This record gives sequence, structure tokens and C-alpha cells, in this order.
Amino acid sequence: MGMVYAVLGAALAALLAGVGSAIAVGRAGQAAAGAVTEDPSLFSKVLILQLLPGTQGIYGLLIAFIALGRIGIMGGDPVSSATVGLQYLAACLPMAVVGLISALQQSKASVAAIALVTKKPDQFGKAMIFPAMVETYAILALLISILAINGIK
Amino acid sequence: MTDKNYIYAVARVRSHEMKLLSDQTIDRLVHADSMKSALELLNGFGWNGSDPAEMLQTQEEAIWSFVDEIVDDRSVFNVLHLRNDGHNLKAAVKAAYTGEEVSGTLTLPRANIAPALVVEAVRERNFEVLPEAFRESAKEALDELFKTGDGHRSDTIIDRAVLDEIRRAGEASGDEVLSFFSEITVASSDIKIAVRGADTGAGREYFEGAVADCSSLKREELIQAGLSGREAIYSCLSSTEYAEGVPELKKSISAFERFCDNRLIRFMKPQIHHSFTLSPIAAFILGRENEIKTVRIVLSGKQNGLEEDFIRERVREMYG
Repeated sequence: MGMVYAVLGAALAALLAGVGSAIAVGRAGQAAAGAVTEDPSLFSKVLILQLLPGTQGIYGLLIAFIALGRIGIMGGDPVSSATVGLQYLAACLPMAVVGLISALQQSKASVAAIALVTKKPDQFGKAMIFPAMVETYAILALLISILAINGIK
Repeated sequence: MTDKNYIYAVARVRSHEMKLLSDQTIDRLVHADSMKSALELLNGFGWNGSDPAEMLQTQEEAIWSFVDEIVDDRSVFNVLHLRNDGHNLKAAVKAAYTGEEVSGTLTLPRANIAPALVVEAVRERNFEVLPEAFRESAKEALDELFKTGDGHRSDTIIDRAVLDEIRRAGEASGDEVLSFFSEITVASSDIKIAVRGADTGAGREYFEGAVADCSSLKREELIQAGLSGREAIYSCLSSTEYAEGVPELKKSISAFERFCDNRLIRFMKPQIHHSFTLSPIAAFILGRENEIKTVRIVLSGKQNGLEEDFIRERVREMYG
């Protein structure tokens, strides 16, 4: 049973963060396509803004790899008890939940930033900061998940 | 349509918003010393052409060809065309009564129902092909015209149906800009009906038939005020959100129309910062139409050699 919990944790981290990023990058992509339709020279700038909410999916994948590498699926020792399995599940949850929510919220900031760049291309640096601020919380969740997984005996 | 489907469209609108004329540009246009220099100024902003009528028509067509590019289903903006439908229906009813052909110049092109279809439906008395909202009123207006020969009464029936439909469509849109547009359109029409009715000494029957329901005015109170005279209308409006428009209404109907247009523009301005809904697109369309209306007023003033101050009093605030 412990193995089931541990795999569930790894799967949720990859799944929720990945779903969040997929929706978010798609949403920002629509805005980016609109901006580039009107001004193709904006491509490189809006591409970066589109990709920003994609990082949560990568963080989720990273957590899933780390967890799977410790529970006997891609290395490490198999999970011995339900308690340990639940510890892995709990350790993966910060990345799973915060990854999903932060990606969706970051996409809104990205779409707004793309609108800013469309009107004022010279303000790209400032525009990038707004969605990047949301990234802070995804990174915090990533750190907590890594520390928690590494702390499981 | 869900919000996400408008993200692409709004991103494109953002780019086009930069080409909107500003209040300062309109001020320079009013200040232009001749028609020629006014047209040159407009050419500099991408309003190409040397014939004012052609230029304005091109700009109007550009709005809707752009909307067709960015929105899959244009029917969400049907509420903006309902007044044109009403105009075409009135022209069709008059043509059916006189037996004359309706030329293209008598109908308006940007309508929800094809003008030719309206003309044929009314001529053949085949009202079933018209949208449900206009079937009864078209029949009633035609019957009224044949019965009394009173074109004004016939028009009033259609105008009322249009106002009712604008209100219904605005509420059904679920969009704050389109809802506000429909509310202010119906309310301002009601107020103008009340004033004109008061000036001509119209009876209750006229007011009951012409004044439509809306949320921002109490219909019965407005009708009662219209029966009592202008001062009663001013007093009735003083406790509504149109209180600031009373001084304008005292000046003229056109000054009041300007007040309502400016009120709509001020309501829409925050949409410049929204990215996900239909509202920024609706605001852009209405902003562009307002821009064209203002340029038309200025150019027409220049063409007729009107004083700068006279023109300035009539220009609208810009969305851009």
C-alpha cells in the first residue's frame, strides 16, 4: 500500500503541475499569436512570456523523477510501509497543488504582459517581471517538495 | 463562447487600440484651418482618401472586417446592429405602403437581417421570415400605416420593438459593455421620446406605445413626467443616474446625445486593461464607431464652414 501512495504522490506532482502548465502555455500562446499577427517582430519577446508558465510542468516532472528514484521504481529501496508511502505523497503535494495554481495564475499575468509588450515593446523587461513574480511561489513549492522527499528515511 | 477564446482576439485588439484617435488628435482636427488640412491630418493617422464620405465608409467597413477576422461568431455583437435593422424595417414598411422600390441608399448595410430580405418580407407580408422580435411589430406597423396613413405612428411601433430587443439582447449577452450599451441606448431613447412628446403635447397612448422598459429609469414616472412637460422630466431625471445630463438636455437633444456617448466611453475606458473577456472587443468596436461619428461631425462642420467652437461643442470624448 505504501508503494501506491508514493507513486500517487509522484504522479500528482507531474500530472497537476503539467496540466496547469499546458493550460497556461496554451492561454499565453493565444495572446502571443494575436500579438505576432499584428507585429511579427514581437515574436521573440512574446515567446519568452508564453514559456514562463511552462516551468511548473518541468518542476513537477523533476519532483516525480526524484520521488521515483527513491521508491524503488527508478532506483532506491522499495517503500516499506504505508506510513512512508504517505510521507512521499505529502512531500509531493506542495509541487502538485502550487504548480497547478501558480501556472494558471501566471498565465493571466503573461497574457497581460503580452498586451503590455504589444503596446510598448520597449517595456519588455518590466513586462517580464510581472509573470516572473508568480514563479517565486512555484520555486518555493519545488524547494519544499525536494527537502521533504530528501528528508524521508 | 468561453473567455479563453477571446484571448487571441483581445491581443489583436490591443495592437489596433494604438491606432485609435486621441482627444488631442480630435482637437487638432477641429483646429484645422480647412477641410484639406483636416483630411491631410487624418491621412497621417491612416485614414486614407480624399473624399470624406468614402473615407468614413472605408473606416466603418474596416471595423467589421477586422471583427470578422478575430471572432468566430459575430452574432455576439448583434445588439450593436439592431438600430440598423429597425431603420431598414421602417424603410421597408414605407415602401410597401407607397408601392415604391427601396433603393440601396435608403437602407443601412450593417444589419442583422439582410435589407433585401426585410423589404421582400414586408412587401409579401411574409413576416415569418423575420426574427421573432420584429414579426408582430412589422405587421402592426404596416397595418397602422394602411389604416391611418400616419408614418410617425408606424415608425413608433417599430422603434419600440427595437428598443425592447436591444434591452433583451444586451441583458442576454452577459457582457458588461454590451449590457451598459443597451441600457444607455434604451434609457436615452426613452428620455428623448419623453422630451419630444412633452414638446408636442402627445397623449398617454403615444408615451405608452413608445417608451420602453429599462433598469435605470422608472417607466411610469417618465411617462407621467412627459405628460406634464419638460420641467417635470428634468425633475424626474434629477434623481436618476442621468441627473448630470439635465443641463445638456436643457441645451438641446444633440447635447444630451453627446452626454450619453461620453458616458458610454467613460464606462468602457477600463476595458483597455482587460485581456480575457468579450468586453475589450465590444469596447473597441464602440470606441471606433464613436471615433468615426466624431470625425464625421468635424468634417461636416469644416465642409459647411462652421465655427471652431460650434464644432468643438459637438465632438465626443475618445476611447483611445
